[in-house]
Amino acid sequence: MIASPLLDARDVRKLYGDFCALDGVSLSVGPGEFVSIIGPNGAGKSTLINVLTGVLAPSGGHVRFKGQDIGGIGPVALTRLGMARSFQLVQIFPDLTVLETLQAAVVSRRGHGLRLFASLRSDRQTETEALEVAGLFGLADRAHRRARELPQGDKKLLDVASAFALRPEIILLDEPTSGVSTADKHAVMEIMVGAARQIGLHAIIQVEHDMDIVFGYSDRIVALHQGKVLADATPAGIRADAHVVDTVIGRKR
Amino acid sequence: MRGRLILAGVLAGLIALPLVLSPYRVLLMLPFMAYGVILLGLNLLFGYTGLVSFGHALFVGMGAYTAAVLTSHGVRSLEAIVLLAAALGALAAALVGVLCVRYVKIYFGMLTLAFGMVFYTFLLKFYRLTGGDEGMPVLRPVLLGLNLDGMSKTAFLVGPYYYYCLGVLVLAAAIMWRIVHSPFGLCLRTIRDNPTKAEALGVSVTRYRWYAFVISAVFAAVGGALLGPPTGNVDPTLAYWTHSGNLVFMVLLGGFASFFGPVLGAFVFIFLQDAVMSVVPYWRLVFGAILAAIVIFAPGGLMGFLARPRPS
Repeated sequence: MIASPLLDARDVRKLYGDFCALDGVSLSVGPGEFVSIIGPNGAGKSTLINVLTGVLAPSGGHVRFKGQDIGGIGPVALTRLGMARSFQLVQIFPDLTVLETLQAAVVSRRGHGLRLFASLRSDRQTETEALEVAGLFGLADRAHRRARELPQGDKKLLDVASAFALRPEIILLDEPTSGVSTADKHAVMEIMVGAARQIGLHAIIQVEHDMDIVFGYSDRIVALHQGKVLADATPAGIRADAHVVDTVIGRKR
Repeated sequence: MRGRLILAGVLAGLIALPLVLSPYRVLLMLPFMAYGVILLGLNLLFGYTGLVSFGHALFVGMGAYTAAVLTSHGVRSLEAIVLLAAALGALAAALVGVLCVRYVKIYFGMLTLAFGMVFYTFLLKFYRLTGGDEGMPVLRPVLLGLNLDGMSKTAFLVGPYYYYCLGVLVLAAAIMWRIVHSPFGLCLRTIRDNPTKAEALGVSVTRYRWYAFVISAVFAAVGGALLGPPTGNVDPTLAYWTHSGNLVFMVLLGGFASFFGPVLGAFVFIFLQDAVMSVVPYWRLVFGAILAAIVIFAPGGLMGFLARPRPS
């Protein structure tokens, strides 16, 4: 058990009508941890993400972030508390530049959104912070490119980078390497883990299908199956569990 | 830099205009400048927040009737009229907006249209207060405390009133320029581009849409207050939904992707309408064809031709 978990879900149930998407899921993430959530399609991963990020309120049980109940509080309140997320399907602002996208995150974090008459351009601190994050993600030389013009891989990085620019304590990455070519996946992960260290992120949760990525980077793996936690162990522990390997991962030939 | 030169040239031209143009053409400039103010506001919603309002005539009508009611009740200071119009526009938009900004796309447009129709019906039916379909007279306002009743109507309009309107337009443009280039303006553009992502970055989409709605209504009401004095009369058609449609038309004509596009749209709309009406009575037919052509062939509007669209 972890002494004081950052994020703590207890006996979370989520019902859609008669269908039980999550059936008593418990998991906690402590400071310094990199936790991966895996599971076959329909295991309840998407529902779990939505419950963990306050998009959905659980039907039973609770989700606490730094001791505070975050069930259904919504994305805006969640970022204020210090949790950010990226999306499985890339979410960008097509007509904003890389710099503007990151500036928007910095403006939001610093609570400057209601500065109606301040000049964004002459706000050096916001720009410096935004460029810093662009640098961490190797996007600095494309700072003035519009997001719609970026190659797919850079769009993915920008989505994650803007979440990092909020300087959250914990970040939830929904399939961070989906849509990234196999050859680039490790490079993308290295960038993200490096940036996390630089920014002082306390914990990372990811949902990921690529088992090389999952086993290569996780401190702990939570395997979901049919709305229940099948296993919650270190990568070595998961590998040793024949039942989990059979149902969730599938055997390698 | 080139943009600044053009802007300075246009401003110098506008200042010199009453000296060189016939009074008839100068009179046409008055509604242009009023619409310029209105459209700067409408485009904060349209071009920067991504919401198309089909009910902004409500706020225009509110500003216009503020001028009518105040001047006929002895308050003739245009500063007071403009300020009260702005306050009433903000108040009305604050209430209407709470409901409207929860919806997007066609639902937002229809809801704004519905509230516009409510106000139109109010103007039409509350005869005692509003003069019904005949409208209300707008007496000559007092500008900056100067009583100019001694001047002929045309001399007043092409002289002091023209420069007053120009001053309001320049001030409105300067304020809106600051707003769209502020951190607030950036937040609006994140909402326009991708509301889901904006929320994930901590931007409260409904709240910011509401702010934009209220600000745009203030501009619409101020512009509306300037519309009445040149004709000396306001009537309910100012608040009718076809008037809202004209406003959207002007934005599309000039180009919503550019800061000054909608202002250019207002200019072209008014002078083109005047030119076409003097030739054929079917100006709506001609304008319908133009609108169709713009939407299909030039979604960037006139500014799309003249300059690269400016997203920032």
